[in-house]
Amino acid sequence: MSRIRWTWALVTWELIVGHMITLRYFFRPKATINYPYEKNPISPRFKGEHALRRYPNGEERCIACKLCEAVCPAQAITIEAEPREDGSRRTTRYDIDMTKCIYCGLCEEACPVDAIVEGPNFEFATETREELFYDKAKLLDNGDRWEPELAKRLELDAPYR
Amino acid sequence: MTGFWDSTTGFVILTVLKTLALVVPLLIGVAYLTYAERKVLGAIQVRKGPNRVGPFGLMQPFADALKMLTKETVVPDGADRLLFVLAPMITFGLAVMAWAVIPVNAGWAIADINVGVLYLFAVSSLGVYGIIIAGWASNSKYAFLGAMRSAAQMVSYEVSMGFVIVTVILLAGSQNLTQIVLSQKQFWYAVPLFPVFVIFFISGLAETNRAPFDLAEGESELVAGFMVEYSAMSFALFFLGEYANMILISGMTTTLFLGGWLSPLPFAPFTMIPGVLWFLLKICICLFVFIWVRGTLPRVRYDQLMALGWKVFLPVSLVYLVAVAGVMEYFGWFPHA
Repeated sequence: MSRIRWTWALVTWELIVGHMITLRYFFRPKATINYPYEKNPISPRFKGEHALRRYPNGEERCIACKLCEAVCPAQAITIEAEPREDGSRRTTRYDIDMTKCIYCGLCEEACPVDAIVEGPNFEFATETREELFYDKAKLLDNGDRWEPELAKRLELDAPYR
Repeated sequence: MTGFWDSTTGFVILTVLKTLALVVPLLIGVAYLTYAERKVLGAIQVRKGPNRVGPFGLMQPFADALKMLTKETVVPDGADRLLFVLAPMITFGLAVMAWAVIPVNAGWAIADINVGVLYLFAVSSLGVYGIIIAGWASNSKYAFLGAMRSAAQMVSYEVSMGFVIVTVILLAGSQNLTQIVLSQKQFWYAVPLFPVFVIFFISGLAETNRAPFDLAEGESELVAGFMVEYSAMSFALFFLGEYANMILISGMTTTLFLGGWLSPLPFAPFTMIPGVLWFLLKICICLFVFIWVRGTLPRVRYDQLMALGWKVFLPVSLVYLVAVAGVMEYFGWFPHA
């Protein structure tokens, strides 16, 4: 009996139904996007490459509270700080080891002044490992480069905080 | 006019030219079949398939071929060097050789011999040697197991395929492939012989080690079956051989069952299209079905494969052969009775 049923299924109905399904999918619009030319939309909460932001007057936001360094579960952040000549507390060193970072976003959650943020950029692959050890200059540069998008992103996410 | 081309030298030159005229488009066809397979499988899986190299990815086969050519051919330590190198050549050579008798258009066969079907069957049966030699010469357990599976599978399915072909010969009353095509002027043999036509096509899938009968490769358990140890150009020859075999089985299906180069309806708008195009179109449809099946069905188990070959296809094709012979004898339809 089972062999008869098996043969029946094989030669007729299920075979035809299965092939019709794949044929239907054959004519569907493709789900692929042409990646470097087309990109998927990303959420305002997307956690990409890090950036250090500045105030509109050009002053850097970071006050060297080291909350991000403390909260970082991967211990990817290293901060050194001393008072600047005008007496305000600023970092002298702010390094993120991007090879250690797990992109959890806890640093930006911890930051009281919205200085360290994770931006929308995810295309920062490098050819050497050393290029992924970001220092303060690189992070501030990222902040300057991405500031319009970073501000928009924070604004969009604000109602949910 | 008859002078030069009838002399031996002329005949040889003519045959070489004819062969080139057939083999070059065939090889381009093989190259683009790999592309078509990736495109069709992609479409079935709602992907785009290759589209980076050239317009619509059309140069992809050539990029792949270049890559293959520049790689190193690795011969394993324990391998039988001569057989190891010979095996892919046998596989590919036989796949191309069989095309000698297939009529692409009226009178367009390179060798229009009277035992065309027999030749075709003999050459396609020899294909198993390439695989079994590859498995043996590789001196590796995966390759050997793959080759054993493949050999058993091809032998099993050749039996029912043989009976199906005999049925066709019975109807056509000739072993000459041109005659077989011409005898399909009234109706294609796929119509009266529909059940065995299906059997033939499925056996063709098994014959070419295609999904769902690709146990010989079985990359999930045998890595790549008889091809594990092959790299670079020798691998490419196997790869091309597999696709050339697919085209060959499609060509056989077209010739034996789908009326070869004949147009589907024997009047004006259809007959105006040259026979070659009809032949190509039919082959393309067959090949699409090959790929479509691969995109649809999961691999069968080995015992299912054997049960299907020996317990279903063999009895059905045998009974059908006897039935066809009986009916033709009763009504006196034998062509040369």
